[in-house]
Amino acid sequence: MLKLDLTDAPVPSRRAFLGAAAGGAVLLAFRLDLRGARAAEGGPDLSKGPAQPNAFVRIAADDTVTVMIKHLDMGQGNTTGLATILADELDADWAQIRVAFAPADAKLYNNMLMGPVQGTGGSTAIANSWFQLRKAGAAARAMLVAAAADSWGVPAAEITVAKGVLSHKSGKQGRFGEFAGAAAAKPVPQEPRLKSPAEWTLIGKGVPRIDSVAKTDGSAIYSLDVRRPGQVTALVAHPPRFGASVRRVDAEAAQGMPGVVAVVTIPTGVAVIARDTWTAMKAREALRVEWDESAAERRSSDAILAEYRQTATTPGLVASQAGDADAAIKGAAKVIEAEFSFPYLAHAAMEPLNATIERAADGMFDVYAGCQIQTIEQAVVAATLGVTTDKVRLHTQWAGGSFGRRATPGADYFAEAAAIVKAWDGKAPVHLVWTREDDMAGGYYRPQVYHTVKAGLDAKGQVAGWRHTMVGKSIMIGSPFEAMLVKNGIDGTTVEGASDTPYGLPAYRFEVHNGREGVPVLWWRSVGHTHTAHVMEVVIDELAHAAGADPVAYRLSLLTRAPRLSGVLRLAAEKAGWGGKNPEKGRGLGVAVHQSFGSYVAMVADVSAGESGVKVERVIAAVDVGVAVNPDVIRAQVEGAVGFALSSVLRNRITLKDGVVQETNFDTYQPTRLTEMPRVEVHIVPSDVPPTGIGEPGVPVLAPAISNAVFAATGQRLRSLPLDLSSLRGA
Amino acid sequence: MLTINLNGTAREVDADPDMPLLWAIRDRLDMTGTKYGCGIAQCGACTVHLDGQPVRSCQTRLGDVGAAKVTTIEGINGKVAEAVQGAWRRLDVVQCGYCQSGQIMSAIGLLTEKPKPTDADIDSAMDGNICRCGTYQRIRAAIHEAARSLA
Repeated sequence: MLKLDLTDAPVPSRRAFLGAAAGGAVLLAFRLDLRGARAAEGGPDLSKGPAQPNAFVRIAADDTVTVMIKHLDMGQGNTTGLATILADELDADWAQIRVAFAPADAKLYNNMLMGPVQGTGGSTAIANSWFQLRKAGAAARAMLVAAAADSWGVPAAEITVAKGVLSHKSGKQGRFGEFAGAAAAKPVPQEPRLKSPAEWTLIGKGVPRIDSVAKTDGSAIYSLDVRRPGQVTALVAHPPRFGASVRRVDAEAAQGMPGVVAVVTIPTGVAVIARDTWTAMKAREALRVEWDESAAERRSSDAILAEYRQTATTPGLVASQAGDADAAIKGAAKVIEAEFSFPYLAHAAMEPLNATIERAADGMFDVYAGCQIQTIEQAVVAATLGVTTDKVRLHTQWAGGSFGRRATPGADYFAEAAAIVKAWDGKAPVHLVWTREDDMAGGYYRPQVYHTVKAGLDAKGQVAGWRHTMVGKSIMIGSPFEAMLVKNGIDGTTVEGASDTPYGLPAYRFEVHNGREGVPVLWWRSVGHTHTAHVMEVVIDELAHAAGADPVAYRLSLLTRAPRLSGVLRLAAEKAGWGGKNPEKGRGLGVAVHQSFGSYVAMVADVSAGESGVKVERVIAAVDVGVAVNPDVIRAQVEGAVGFALSSVLRNRITLKDGVVQETNFDTYQPTRLTEMPRVEVHIVPSDVPPTGIGEPGVPVLAPAISNAVFAATGQRLRSLPLDLSSLRGA
Repeated sequence: MLTINLNGTAREVDADPDMPLLWAIRDRLDMTGTKYGCGIAQCGACTVHLDGQPVRSCQTRLGDVGAAKVTTIEGINGKVAEAVQGAWRRLDVVQCGYCQSGQIMSAIGLLTEKPKPTDADIDSAMDGNICRCGTYQRIRAAIHEAARSLA
């Protein structure tokens, strides 16, 4: 059941910057269940869902088959994967397959792993759709067969289907389009027979990406490319510090500029509406805004980190524990202490945030954007406009990246676009555009995080005890998801990947402190694993070296109850030539392995460290995602994860000086460039387990693999990110 | 009113001559294949050809275009363009795809100058084009593949 409750409860002042525009809070019964979508592991049994061909497949008279995509494709290639799953059970020809983004409809299109919410995240698109789309495809196939059987006067059981053609041994043949109309009138079989893996013709075979052509000839329409008749462009002057608000505006100069349509004040700032983007930019520069900074965050990121260091010395909330870690460390033969800091990170997707809202002639509001949590976005737009949710239609567009940023619990930029439409009375379609600077300085960063670890080894080099403290701002506290995802003050997205470590530690204690700064934070491709995996994998490496053990063998000895993790670790090590002849001087291999979002990834980084600095030469990855629906898309996601994460290993950080963000464009926050890209090899473990995702799981292991490789190459241990590589050149 | 030669057609643009070519193309002429990424010539998403040479349209004043031939991703044609697009598709280079118009415009510029580019040539021609999805390995491979298909 859909449990969506719009209330008029006031937004807490601490989050006023984030949610005020919505004029209310959106409360959702939300869950994110990532136990691999398998009943056997205690997760929901998705194989028991209904068959819904009408929701997911459209067969036209011209023989095209359109698969409805309930998710956002921000580059991860899920449109190709989702269409593959359905097309295979339908026995369609890949050439006849098209895709269309589904409308917002939480009843038909909810994410099965998020409860009653339609949304994309947590690398769940393929995992939650696996049975749903197979059943839809198989049911549609059975309905086509039934229609052909009627038409030909033959038993349905004698009809075969292959590559979009229905055939009977009598020589009769027909295409889907011929029978689509009659098939639609057939009853929907609720338990259609699903194929066995041996029967798959598309799954696992590597069909070409369905978006490759449109994305190489300029015809793919992204959210920023939406052009509605009479459309105007809005830019918003945001306050320079988080938590500030508008006190006074002098818009006279801006309003007098040719092409400027209106200037309106909204909860998040001052919006300039103009006939095009450039005119809006010029007019925004001409605004004079006085900000009320009485509630603003004025601290520098360094000062916040210094507070974190202090906080880490005090008792925190216990996320998990076993045995007596302190006593075990006290009695240990060797103790290792390490501290790690992680900066705020911007997502910096290539397409900056933007959304278009149009009041249609029928009184509905049409929203065109890279919609990522449709249920929330629809509700927030409706609440902001003061209409019911059924008056808001979403039109999901191709998204030029997201990495988490397009999905905010308060649908921030949707709310802002709606606030402009409301303030301007919806006189024309409004395209809210954030410039690169708006996007990068606009907050919702991967939180700044601080970790300390103290670990003890016994006389044999075995781990005796592990004591771990984390400090960082919770993503969920203060969001609509708090009630569901925060337990006893502990946000699972802060501690995931550490407090639930698969390593067999005899005694451990993981503590967490929630930072309270006024900097908006958000999930960033792989969420908590962006920092927890790094800490776990670097410290384990340090312990292996302290024990005089091989880092791969040492890990395997601690992963005896984690066969899939051990499997990818062995595969990556083997493919990398681990344990072979010693590499040349200044060259080193480092390894890391981690489980996230139900998938398993190991990486070996091959690093050179010389006079000209450190270069990551090669990365060898092994992944286990269950059934590899499209092996080439999986390889691409892991290659891309390396390219994406490398910039946060090498240099990226968002810093605040007296509360003002310092990095606002690609000159000071530079993503990885082509010349820095290592050679990446990706090996996939064959599996018949239901599939999990790969959009995120490639990210967490890169940084620790590189850090461990730098140690192997130089003998120097660099822990915090970005790695302080300049310290190596002096060595 | 200014007139520019866009993809072989004379187009009138009702815009201030100071407007960057990028915004004139996207907002005044509604040709959206050319992308906005940074506005400061750091990312290359806005790359178009002026008389065959790759330029950053975010840094090109509309008033300075004059009689030069402007080519965008929608207007590319010929052997090199087909080789590049074909290689991009065979290797499934794209992910989000937002930067790829610019990548392809830079790659066509490179292969037109140097039909058999070395890795170093690719480095210098392509390092100004950011891909946040990290498709660089395939971009490099696709350029070599396009060069082979042109040979």
